[in-house]
Amino acid sequence: METNYAVEMKNVTKTFGSTVANNNVSLTIKKGEILSLLGENGSGKTTIMNMLAGIYFPDSGQIYINGKEESIRSPKDAYDLGIGMIHQHFKLVDIFSATENVILGQEGKERLNKKAVAARIREICDKYGFDVDPDKKVYNMSVSEKQTLEIVKVIYRGADILILDEPTAVLTPQETEKLFTVIRNMRAAGKAIVIITHKLHEVLSISDRVTILRKGEYVGTVDTKDANEMILTEMMVGKKVELNIDRKEPENTVKRLEVKNLSCYNKEGRLALDNISFTANAGEILGIAGISGCGEKELLESIAGLQKTARGSVIFNDPESGQEIELIGKNPKAIKNLGIALSFVPEDRLGMGLVGSMGMIENMMLRDYNKEGVIFLNKSKPKQVAEAIKEELGVVTPSINTPVSRLSGGNVQKVLVGREISSAPAVLMTAYAVRGLDINTSYSIYNLLNKQKENGVAVLYVGEDLDVLLALCDRILVLCGGKMSGIVDARTTTKEEVGLMMTSIRKGDTKDE
Amino acid sequence: MDSVISLIQAAVVFGTVIMFGCIGEIMSEKAGNLNLGVPGIMYIGAIASLASVFMYESHVAEPNKAVCVIIALVSCFAASALAGLIYSFLTITLRANQNVTGLTLTIFGSGIANFFGGSLNKMAGGVGQISVANTSEAFRARIPGLSSLGAFGKIFFSYGFMVYVAIILAILVNYFLKRTRKGLNLRAVGENPATADAAGVNVTKYKYFATVIGAGISGLGGVYYVMDYIKGTWANDGTIEKLGWLAVALVIFATWKSVNAIWGAYLFGILYWAYFYIPNLTRASQELFKMIPYVVTIIVLLFVSLRKKKENQAPAHLGLSYFREER
Repeated sequence: METNYAVEMKNVTKTFGSTVANNNVSLTIKKGEILSLLGENGSGKTTIMNMLAGIYFPDSGQIYINGKEESIRSPKDAYDLGIGMIHQHFKLVDIFSATENVILGQEGKERLNKKAVAARIREICDKYGFDVDPDKKVYNMSVSEKQTLEIVKVIYRGADILILDEPTAVLTPQETEKLFTVIRNMRAAGKAIVIITHKLHEVLSISDRVTILRKGEYVGTVDTKDANEMILTEMMVGKKVELNIDRKEPENTVKRLEVKNLSCYNKEGRLALDNISFTANAGEILGIAGISGCGEKELLESIAGLQKTARGSVIFNDPESGQEIELIGKNPKAIKNLGIALSFVPEDRLGMGLVGSMGMIENMMLRDYNKEGVIFLNKSKPKQVAEAIKEELGVVTPSINTPVSRLSGGNVQKVLVGREISSAPAVLMTAYAVRGLDINTSYSIYNLLNKQKENGVAVLYVGEDLDVLLALCDRILVLCGGKMSGIVDARTTTKEEVGLMMTSIRKGDTKDE
Repeated sequence: MDSVISLIQAAVVFGTVIMFGCIGEIMSEKAGNLNLGVPGIMYIGAIASLASVFMYESHVAEPNKAVCVIIALVSCFAASALAGLIYSFLTITLRANQNVTGLTLTIFGSGIANFFGGSLNKMAGGVGQISVANTSEAFRARIPGLSSLGAFGKIFFSYGFMVYVAIILAILVNYFLKRTRKGLNLRAVGENPATADAAGVNVTKYKYFATVIGAGISGLGGVYYVMDYIKGTWANDGTIEKLGWLAVALVIFATWKSVNAIWGAYLFGILYWAYFYIPNLTRASQELFKMIPYVVTIIVLLFVSLRKKKENQAPAHLGLSYFREER
């Protein structure tokens, strides 16, 4: 057996009930390399790595670590073998400090010596170029700080094999670049690194090899230098996919929504929106860019009537009556009836908008069950809508009556976005519509949004992927810490410009960080 | 002055019962198990100790007091821990609903204790009232000399040893949770079991450990109640259950910190007995006064929630079961 393999997985199979998550998958990870694990949603990328990290136990198959067959029955076993995984949803205890999170579950003297651990954390930070305050509580940390802490945690435990599950999903381009530098440093130190992702350009820029999974099965491995986006997509999806967003020039744009000097406070009493003014036109997609928590949520919710505002106004030009209507002060139901739809895909997809224990039909009904029938529910129309969404977006579900919590994350999202679009709105606001979705579905959602735009809908699109924002939107509103950094033309701006505006207000304004 | 001293004494004795219940419940809740079986566990602990000591005292000509105390404590702890084990098995292994299981345990505990309590009273013969005088005396024994130090002695040293055991236990549990590795792991299990699990902590083991030991500690409130509070007798009057619920309320009042339970328990005692020292109260208004500890708990809960300080909140995963492979 060659010993330059850090990990060798052979014919690994894992099933959940009747769902086969991984079928006979074999893959290898070399020491001192960065391997990308690529696949669509539900292709079993995370599952296979979870088996390496001891979260799941394979039904069959062998795992060799450094050439020796091992049985990894728990995360502790994984740590003992030098395997550390950074999960997509951070595994951190909110009320603990960075130090406490690092020592959690570690062996050692019974009495805690936090000072010594903090010193060791600083040492690791210096070595690899991290920035972590050992005494800071996790609930006070930004997303990027939490992620850094996760990496420090596994290195502190002496991991030689690092698995990162979608590490860039919530980072700005600058933060991503910083992360990649750190990852390259670790590769130089001889560690084996796996990155689970479905962002193709990242795969091409960071990894040495790419292993592709499709529907739980192993498709193949290619050297990154021989790969390009087309080849990878084809392997991922199994067929040729058109990777173009068909963006038409906006036609017959009329003013639909006018936001003036809008300010509001969030639950903690912090100014979440500071004097925001912009216009959204019918027949146009207005992108909203910003780091998660920059006020994008409050902005959409203010318009939808879900958020109390402090100052400012939102004027809606009703296409039917031609009147100008002030939305501030109206209740969410009245605003919804004017044809303003909001689909917000939160980090926890079921948290807002869908009821997990209900099937697709009932979830369709949530939106307008009160339109028809006073006492008894009429299920035939929602059933048609559910069928249509299942068909159009390719929702993978045993039946439209299956509780949506049983569906995979991407499928849940399709249901949510599909429902909002099906209500034929005048203003469609959508946040993170493609978060965690695979390439194929993402593009079908982009096309749906474009179709809405052609139908004369004013679309507000909050997105994370700057490449997509630039390719999909007509104009982009950039937010930074609740303030407006400006509005740019999506056709002429660059990723770097938007990225910079996301992190700092132009005209030399500094951000408190 | 005398009435103030006697109020404090009553409050300390009262507070000690609920302090044990509370410390045990804090252990359990810190690991994410909301055990509403505390009143039942205190009942089971009380009756187990009473029954074993009664057997011992009635079969031995001259019962040794030290042996009496050991029998009482060991049987109480074992029986309570066993009740905790039942709860753990149902909620941790079988992942049954914690609230339902806890309430069932309370009903079961009070039923079984009152059944055996009544039987013991019958077996005791005579006036139909069981009495384990030897054991009770040992529990109530004071440190010689110190209790005669005037008011000071009366306030601080006029109690049986269990009062001091409760305080020491509260401090030890606090130290354990805050300063030791196992304590940190245990808190992580209650906050975010998936994280603890991924960090290599055996979540199931910690939950069992915390709930079973916690139940044992809670049960000690029961033994203190029968041996000291009601002086080695038994009454089917439901007082233990009442005290058990106060212990659960005290956990919230103490914001899940066992050192706060020390003064909190005594404060509850003062509030509870205050009616006795206020002249000219009718029966109805007495009951209003007995409500005060609960009202105070609600007010504390209100303030804690309003202040939103994360450290003072209930463990994030309290009341939920954990399954690693959940999708």
